[in-house]
Amino acid sequence: MSAALLATRALEARYDDFQALFGVDLETREGEVVAIIGANGAGKSTLLKTIAGLLPAPREAVRFAGEPIGGLRAGEIARRGIALVPEGRRLFASLSVEENLRMGRQSGRRGTWDLKAVFELFPALLEKRAAPATSLSGGQQQMVAIGRALMANPRLLMCDEISLGLAPIVVKGIYDALPKIAASGLTAIIVEQDVGLACHVSHRLYCLQEGRVVLSGPSDGFSREEISRAYFGAATEAGR
Amino acid sequence: MSGAAFSVERGGAASRLAGVVALIAIAFLCTAPWWAESGWMREFNEMACYLIFAMMWNLLAGYGGMVSIGQQAYLGLGGYTLVALGNFTGMNPFLAVPLGAIAAMAAAYPISRIAFRLQGGHFAIGTWVIAEVLRLTMANISAIGGGSGTSLIALRGIEKATRESITFWLCLASVVASVALVHGFLRSRQGLALLAIRDSEVASESQGVDVAQTKLWVYLVAAFGCGLAGALYYLGNLRISPDSAFSVNWTAFSIFIVMVGGIATIEGPIIGVIVFYLLNRLFSDYGTWYLVGLGLLAILVTTRFPKGIWGVVSARFDLHLFPVQRRLTRPPDHGMAPTPRDR
Amino acid sequence: MIGWLDTVVQGVLLGSLYALFAMGLALVFGVMRLTNVAHGDLVVLAGFGAIALAAQFNLGPLAAFACLLPLAAASGYALQRYVLNDTLGKDPLPSLVVTFGLSIVIQNMLQEVFSADPRSLSAGAIATASVRLVEGVTVGVLPLATFAAALLVALALQWFFARTAPGSAFRATSDDRETAELMGLDARVVYASATAIAFMLIALAGVLQTMRTTVAPADGPGLLIFAFEAVVIGGLGSFWGTFAGGILLGVTQAIGFRLDPGWGIWLGHVMFLAVLLVRPQGLFPRTR
Repeated sequence: MSAALLATRALEARYDDFQALFGVDLETREGEVVAIIGANGAGKSTLLKTIAGLLPAPREAVRFAGEPIGGLRAGEIARRGIALVPEGRRLFASLSVEENLRMGRQSGRRGTWDLKAVFELFPALLEKRAAPATSLSGGQQQMVAIGRALMANPRLLMCDEISLGLAPIVVKGIYDALPKIAASGLTAIIVEQDVGLACHVSHRLYCLQEGRVVLSGPSDGFSREEISRAYFGAATEAGR
Repeated sequence: MSGAAFSVERGGAASRLAGVVALIAIAFLCTAPWWAESGWMREFNEMACYLIFAMMWNLLAGYGGMVSIGQQAYLGLGGYTLVALGNFTGMNPFLAVPLGAIAAMAAAYPISRIAFRLQGGHFAIGTWVIAEVLRLTMANISAIGGGSGTSLIALRGIEKATRESITFWLCLASVVASVALVHGFLRSRQGLALLAIRDSEVASESQGVDVAQTKLWVYLVAAFGCGLAGALYYLGNLRISPDSAFSVNWTAFSIFIVMVGGIATIEGPIIGVIVFYLLNRLFSDYGTWYLVGLGLLAILVTTRFPKGIWGVVSARFDLHLFPVQRRLTRPPDHGMAPTPRDR
Repeated sequence: MIGWLDTVVQGVLLGSLYALFAMGLALVFGVMRLTNVAHGDLVVLAGFGAIALAAQFNLGPLAAFACLLPLAAASGYALQRYVLNDTLGKDPLPSLVVTFGLSIVIQNMLQEVFSADPRSLSAGAIATASVRLVEGVTVGVLPLATFAAALLVALALQWFFARTAPGSAFRATSDDRETAELMGLDARVVYASATAIAFMLIALAGVLQTMRTTVAPADGPGLLIFAFEAVVIGGLGSFWGTFAGGILLGVTQAIGFRLDPGWGIWLGHVMFLAVLLVRPQGLFPRTR
């Protein structure tokens, strides 16, 4: 059994007075694809942002490759090998597609992912390389966002709702690229609204509900009913 | 949930006490011309003008979210209107004071059409440019003395003691009225709308608040107040010049007063002007070093104590002498603690 | 006719100096939405700095400028990193008040050290040398050099932002600070570097100003206003726009001076207000 690449322990997060995460324990092993599912507002994005360093965390609450990274700045965490594809893509509006991709290099990490490799993964981007990034379609922008994260040659890739706002066929095209990404040795955490898709592409899943983990385990080990109950909170009412 | 009756509370014990103290103080001050020295009354008048000007800057920046470095434009306009009316039409200058304020407010409307094209920091400098334009314009008009200014001659026929008394009462009345008006405005629906705009323009627009209209009104009211301060100041000073009337130092001092006293509060500028007065008395002889000190103090306060003196006191002791916010409370007989108050 | 041509040419040259004043202001506003009210005072401070260095070490203007440059870059970096970075955010008030306070401090400190009298930097032969372009139009070598400098700066800045990796980093941080940090950038360093560059431009502008004419401690606000007007007239988003804005302002002022010496600067202000009224986005804004 491989040791955990990323582990969170009793992780809490808050936005001013509002607490979004209550003691989340999560683990990802090297080479795994872990899915996080849950309703809107369950805390999925908050969890990724906290791991990525955009939100503060106690030092030992997040460990990566054996080192505590809680409380480090996002830039430092990126340099250590965690890349986040943020919710809503967040491409740089005044940069072209290629310039956006090159920004991924800022973390200074070298590896198999370079411009050539990204364009091979997403050929549709090649002819658009000089275009302003925000002039692309939603699906192509998502490809740029993923490519930008890959350019950092991370050890852990985190994707926040990459299917949001995209047509199913476009989503399929993007998720078809996932095996190639995984083949390069990346570990991935995927936040996904589409539960069926999430189960399909991941090895294990966590279900969040109001800031707490209510279900976790192998993705093919749960029935639809079990997941629904955890998702909508029916299973935990008595326990609160 | 039970149908418990909520109630909206406005004041508290502290504010009622403060109100009584204030009334006594004002009544006492009204008698000042009979026992105070004219030097003291002159200083009071000057500080009254600074307070009114600072309150207007606070209204704009602290409540309205519009940081202006050019309010001295309206102070100058108020002052020059007073002098022009007094010298050219022979009008009683005391009666001309409100006209100075009105003239400033009238000028604010067309100026706002230009200034409102800008946002944030650009708005700030843009207002300064407009003040400079006015300064240069006045300096080039020889009828009112051009660059070296002119004197208010219309008061020469009035006996000194009478003149000083009336000027003092006008300043006192203006300060009290300004505080009362700002307090009253902030307690009104328009005031609530203004606070909402400051927090989020988009959200308040979606709630039906006419953002543009409200901001315009606040800008006009602030211009009126600054014009009033200008008219009063030069009523007492008797000599006006473009460099003095349109000097950016007015804004510099009022920024200091508001930031040190406590921005976005009514108590803040009052405390700030007292601090300013004391510092003035103690250190103004040091000239440039005094100003350096004021500048550094303003920087320090803004970076370390952004809420100012009153902000710290008010938060620490939950004190509000001029209650503006609304507290939501539930009568205690339901056996539950009062609900947390809104901000 | 030739008289008017001469006026326009002089206006263009004057305007190029205004464009130089404006470059630093535009840079800082473009990267971090910071309006530095002390900008003009910093130009004056740089001028006095050059004068002091030249006097102390018996240097010519070029050498004084060379010494000033690293000082300017370092102080700009430090000011942004340790003071101004904390004032950035949605609310414009803190940065405005802090830079306003800085303006007061600089003006009064300069007055304390140098007294209120105007000073200038002796430029030697360059100050008086001139070149005749056409019959009736003579331009000074110094103004010509200023024009060349402004042109070069605009070119360099445009190239830096559009074609280099650090320039992309500046643009990215300006677009979306949080996501830029996800990439591995440290926004605090990006902002501080931008201000360091702006301060170097300020140093250049200050030295040229003090060679062209005198500087006095109280001159700051006036220079800020010229820089600001150039930025607004030109439009946000491009350094060429700022350059054009400066030129236009200079030409307007020159025409105003020719019509009546008392109304030169005033006419520039009026033109600025007119542009604001009619085309508030500026004459050459960059469309995104």
